[in-house]
Amino acid sequence: MTDLETFREETRNWLKANCPPEMREPMGEDDICWGGRKFEFSSPAQKQWLEVNAERGWTVPAWPKAYGGGGLSGPEQKVLAEEMKRINARPPLQSFGIWMLGPALLHFGSEEQKRHYLPQIARGEIRWCQGYSEPGAGSDLASLQTKGVDKGDHFEVTGQKIWTSYADKADWIFCLVRTEPDEKKHTGISFLLFDMETEGVSTKPIKLISGASPFCETFFDAVKVPSEQIVGERGQGWTIAKYLLTHEREMIGGSDSAIFAKSDLISDAAQAIGLDDAGRLDDPMMRAELGEFIVDEMAFDAHVAMTRAYMRAGNELGARSAELKYLGTELNKQRQSLRVAAGGADDLVWEGGSNDAGQAAKDWLRSKANSIEGGTSEVMLSILSKAILKMPG
Amino acid sequence: MEILNEDLGMVAESAAGLLSQSHPITAFRALRDSGAALGYDKAIVGEMAEMGWMGIALPEDVDGADFGFRAAGLIAEEMGKNLTAGPFLSTAILAATVLRTAGGDTLAQWGPRIAGGDAVIALALEEGVKHRPNRIATTATKAADGTTLNGRKSFVVDGVDADRLIVAAKDGDALVLALVDPQTKGVSVTSQVMLDHRNTAVVSLDDALVPAEAIIAEGDAAQAALDATLRAGRAVAAAEQLGNAKAAAEQTFEYLRTRKQFGVLIGMFQALQHRAADLYCELEQTSSLVAEALNALDQGRDDAEALSRAAKAKAARVGRQATEEGVQMHGGIGMTDEMDLGLFMKRDRALSEFLGDAGHHTEWLLKQRGI
Repeated sequence: MTDLETFREETRNWLKANCPPEMREPMGEDDICWGGRKFEFSSPAQKQWLEVNAERGWTVPAWPKAYGGGGLSGPEQKVLAEEMKRINARPPLQSFGIWMLGPALLHFGSEEQKRHYLPQIARGEIRWCQGYSEPGAGSDLASLQTKGVDKGDHFEVTGQKIWTSYADKADWIFCLVRTEPDEKKHTGISFLLFDMETEGVSTKPIKLISGASPFCETFFDAVKVPSEQIVGERGQGWTIAKYLLTHEREMIGGSDSAIFAKSDLISDAAQAIGLDDAGRLDDPMMRAELGEFIVDEMAFDAHVAMTRAYMRAGNELGARSAELKYLGTELNKQRQSLRVAAGGADDLVWEGGSNDAGQAAKDWLRSKANSIEGGTSEVMLSILSKAILKMPG
Repeated sequence: MEILNEDLGMVAESAAGLLSQSHPITAFRALRDSGAALGYDKAIVGEMAEMGWMGIALPEDVDGADFGFRAAGLIAEEMGKNLTAGPFLSTAILAATVLRTAGGDTLAQWGPRIAGGDAVIALALEEGVKHRPNRIATTATKAADGTTLNGRKSFVVDGVDADRLIVAAKDGDALVLALVDPQTKGVSVTSQVMLDHRNTAVVSLDDALVPAEAIIAEGDAAQAALDATLRAGRAVAAAEQLGNAKAAAEQTFEYLRTRKQFGVLIGMFQALQHRAADLYCELEQTSSLVAEALNALDQGRDDAEALSRAAKAKAARVGRQATEEGVQMHGGIGMTDEMDLGLFMKRDRALSEFLGDAGHHTEWLLKQRGI
């Protein structure tokens, strides 16, 4: 037996022994384990599943063991993912720390920072949020104005962030702050980490068209951030931010992305609309649209798999993360539009009736943000046209 | 974002090298301008055989290279990029897969000839204007001294001057695949030059009597051979169409980088940048889908059928996007014969119909999903 086959057998046995039955059920948005100081586990099984994985480093299987990861090789990660999928095991932990901050710290953090912050992320102890956008700095993120004034042993941070996902539930923030006001816009930014309980930090949820409030406005009033909580050098913030954004885009674009509400669109449509005598969906125009969607979804799934293999082979995705982000989010918008169209009047119901009343409509509305958050589709196309296609200007 | 092992990397490299040097677009142009009814240079068959390409889908015991469909797709993609004309799809993929799946004496006898570049064999399947492999009116009737074929076959790619035709006919409900010598009495082959300047033949079969040994397979065995052949052919054709689309797109991107209007390079205009980047993204995911379909074929996976149909459908859609955007972004010059875009557009159109268009395969996928 090869080492990989042995690993597969051990993994299979370990999952069998350790993954509680409840953690093999299909999950909704409410079943995600985000971790953090304020997180309330939805069941003892969820807590147990997090703990056994954290113990083994399998909340972040690719990270080095020294920082709380599993230290698995590319092929081993693939085996673990396959074995998890085989029994429908839920991800034990999902977080911005895993998807975004972790990779940035692994790349740019000091040894001390890695040893301090990464294990807390891996164990789900600290939940992070991202302080990037500002009211005056959306697509033009680098024009951000939140100030960080050097006060010797600390930076004094003052300003406002917006679209801070789950800021009201997060413990710490990674934040872009202008510390070098005399530098050009891209070179005057630093990347700071601080506790959301620090004096001067406040948050206010923003109610969205879906009725939910996953985003906040976040205010900083003379917040004291110790100098050692800067990642990288002063003025290096934009470089780190861009690196982190490529990971965010991979995450948003990935076909199993946590922000895409997946459902069996085709069987739901068959159920809602019914079939004609020839066994075809009794709505020829929608059927044709679903056909195109099926082909596009197969293409995208193949592309995600190919991209993962490319990265496991040790390649950096770089600007190409914009490609996944663009394709994945536009596809999800199409999925959600078709889903509510198939649901018809049923999916106009907002409240009342069944338990999941309004869910399809809310998912549909939520999906409209997919092609805005993490960089709009238009920003993605601009990045690709310059970085890959080498268009002038 | 190709993930190729060493062997596949070498196939791709040698295909790109040989085709861009010996059979580039200028060679195709010269061929077209010569007005040759065959539509390809006969010498290419021997060259491809020497490279092992003609036997790529054949087992080693009949002199094949048995290198798999992923490799065949890489070659087809390069042929698409270079507009290389030659009986690769018709003979090395379709005919070879029919013979390989059916096995027996026909494979033993004709396999080495295909692999050696000594035989061109065309699949005579279609009868109407659209790909309908289940609607075959051509009949095969048992006679004392063989089988009599009657019917009319159209869109027989590389059927002109072919050494043999594989004719799909029906004996009652049973499918029959017959290897027919075009010189047989009652067989007439009419040559047609298509919009992409390739040849296809119309084949009339009027009481054409073929000997018993000409029957390659019958009934379920014939159906299995045809299904396997179409499955492979669609994925490899999708690869060629993808290559064709990539080349059209690359010429267009280069034009955007160099053409000036209003005093600036037109690639500065965001309206064009975004359309170009969207096309690039579509080409990338289509590439992955085509590769996945070819890998699934090589691995004998259950999802190979669905993937090869999806790949064919997607390649047709992205091919249309690439060639239409190509002409539009070039403007007036894109409409001229001097530019290659028209050649790509015409080849794209032909490949879209060949072995089933996007609608045909999307319909199959919808039925497979139960709607």
